[in-house]
Amino acid sequence: MEWLEIFLNTSFWVAAVRIATPLIFGTLGEVICEKAGVLNLGIEGIMTIGAMVGWMTVYQGAGLWTGVLFAAVCGGIFGLLHAMLTVPLGLSQHVTGIGITLLATSLSSYVYRLILPEVNSPPRIQAFEPLDIPGLSAVPIIGEALFKQTPLTYFAFISVIVVAYVLYRTPVGLAVQMVGENPAAAEAQGLNVTIIRTCAVVCGSAFMAVGGAFLTMSAFNAFFFNMINGRGWICIALVVFASWRPGKALLGALLFAAFDAYQMRLQQLIGSEIPYQIFLMMPYVLSILALIVMSRRVGYPQALMVPYRKGER
Amino acid sequence: MRLEARTNIPLGFMLLAPVLAVLASFMLCAGLVAWSGVPVLEAYGLLLQGALGSGFALAETLARTTPLIFTGLAAAVAFKSRFWNIGAEGQLYAGALIITVLGTGMLDLPQELMIPVLVICSAVAGALLLLGPVLLKLHFGVDEVVTTLLLNFIVILLVSLLLEGPLKDPMGLGWPQAEPVTEAAELPRLFRGLRLHSGLLLALLLAFIIWIVSIRTTLGYEMRAVGFNQKAARFAGMPVNRVMIMTALISGGIAGIAGYSEVAGMKGNLTLDLSPGFGYTGIVVAMLAQLHPLGVVISATFVASVFVGADAMSRSAGVPSYIADVMVSVSLLCMLVSVLLVRFRIRWS
Repeated sequence: MEWLEIFLNTSFWVAAVRIATPLIFGTLGEVICEKAGVLNLGIEGIMTIGAMVGWMTVYQGAGLWTGVLFAAVCGGIFGLLHAMLTVPLGLSQHVTGIGITLLATSLSSYVYRLILPEVNSPPRIQAFEPLDIPGLSAVPIIGEALFKQTPLTYFAFISVIVVAYVLYRTPVGLAVQMVGENPAAAEAQGLNVTIIRTCAVVCGSAFMAVGGAFLTMSAFNAFFFNMINGRGWICIALVVFASWRPGKALLGALLFAAFDAYQMRLQQLIGSEIPYQIFLMMPYVLSILALIVMSRRVGYPQALMVPYRKGER
Repeated sequence: MRLEARTNIPLGFMLLAPVLAVLASFMLCAGLVAWSGVPVLEAYGLLLQGALGSGFALAETLARTTPLIFTGLAAAVAFKSRFWNIGAEGQLYAGALIITVLGTGMLDLPQELMIPVLVICSAVAGALLLLGPVLLKLHFGVDEVVTTLLLNFIVILLVSLLLEGPLKDPMGLGWPQAEPVTEAAELPRLFRGLRLHSGLLLALLLAFIIWIVSIRTTLGYEMRAVGFNQKAARFAGMPVNRVMIMTALISGGIAGIAGYSEVAGMKGNLTLDLSPGFGYTGIVVAMLAQLHPLGVVISATFVASVFVGADAMSRSAGVPSYIADVMVSVSLLCMLVSVLLVRFRIRWS
């Protein structure tokens, strides 16, 4: 029954929440973009540049939160680029997004190599320390998972609540949803579709970049090439899984991460009988399965991937 | 701001678009090059020399062009029908994998038979890999971008698994690499002492065939129609689903052949670093060519020279070679904008 005992292990739950954090940020960011009607396939690259910039800022001597801020700003800039090309110019969101990913990823590698030309082992920074919330973290099994994490994890949870509130309970959120569902109607209401979509993409991309920064500043303390390793694409699948709702996105990311943490421990338990690559494949296979299962009942934003041009039908 | 479609775009304008995009990309990247402390013109000079400056450089560039023609064609064929196959990387490895299984001794045929058989096998492997995503798209409405992207990761892990397991070369000194393909399976070199191999001829032939298919056959016409307006194509009685599946099979098949060409022509055996992102770069190649099969040959040559030239520049001047990836991706984005400017007139009102 060792495979069941994993669930009673505190470290399993701690790891699950840690793995979930970048996915929460990424999925949340993508939800914001797609709610406004813009598919952002730049996510993989934006997470990479967030990871690099956040880490590099701290490595150059700035504070940790300054690093997070810089990462978010950089993510926002790439979001702005994506929005400029896809919203007013109406270019293909698929191709532009892939272009943004290629650009942001290669730029991260280039800048990193330029600043640190010859390093064999990646230099490290003093990363975020776990913040203990006294009392609550003493709850058995899941206490530490929820109440002894690094500040960015708490920030992720708070972001979900804030984004959900803004999207569903404020005029701004309703405007974002409206331009994603029926831009012509939004325009008739006097809303500026271009500006709202652009702002949503910038804001969403900033979240993605913070997700990337979490990896280099909380989960690890160094930057590696290819460290995002498809997490961005998994977030795109999680958005569908979550039916474009922030709350479900949180749930989806946690479920996914729990599975990931579980397979890692199972791998140690089973040993080398099953090749480790099988376990590494699981997250990607799971994402595809999630897409298939959810595909029948998705209520995607009606104007997703449809560029809006004023006065055209 | 409004976009107005231009009528009657002169051919010269269409040809100007990629030139403008490339120039813009070189200008935009000048700042990054200057940041590395190397004078910009000197760096670009070194790049040009490294790519085209000698017979050896030219052969290296053309050797690098070969896989990019395949992956560029794969993307161009799919994108023309608005099927977003981002999985050429995975399909390339699928082709390479089947070649490694069949070409390292299992299949024993004379060379004249071996090469065509292996080309077909690698195409089938690539095509089958893309069959899943296209069926999921047609029957479940699952976005093919995400499925093809995720499949890339799965296939590469599968390759890693097999290279450390059943396909591992016992003579490989413990490195995860496969046995070299047999002599009959090898694509012959074009010149003695150069890495340029006959895969290039295969790529050129394929580009020509795809071009003929797209302008001279019913299938090509239907593929364009489906990409142009799916509803109209359906209304006109075209078998849209079947056309989509055919598109996917052709696209995946071409990408699969890239795997054969790289294993049997370039590297000799399958390793995990067989492709440094040829599948993704193929998207840029296709877009620069405006999805034209013959244009793919030219844009693949351009992209390959940037990569080979940047490697040389990196060795002699110390600009990190990642500049090539930056320049190529910037030229993709510039290309998207310049095609837009060619097709539309911007009215500020």
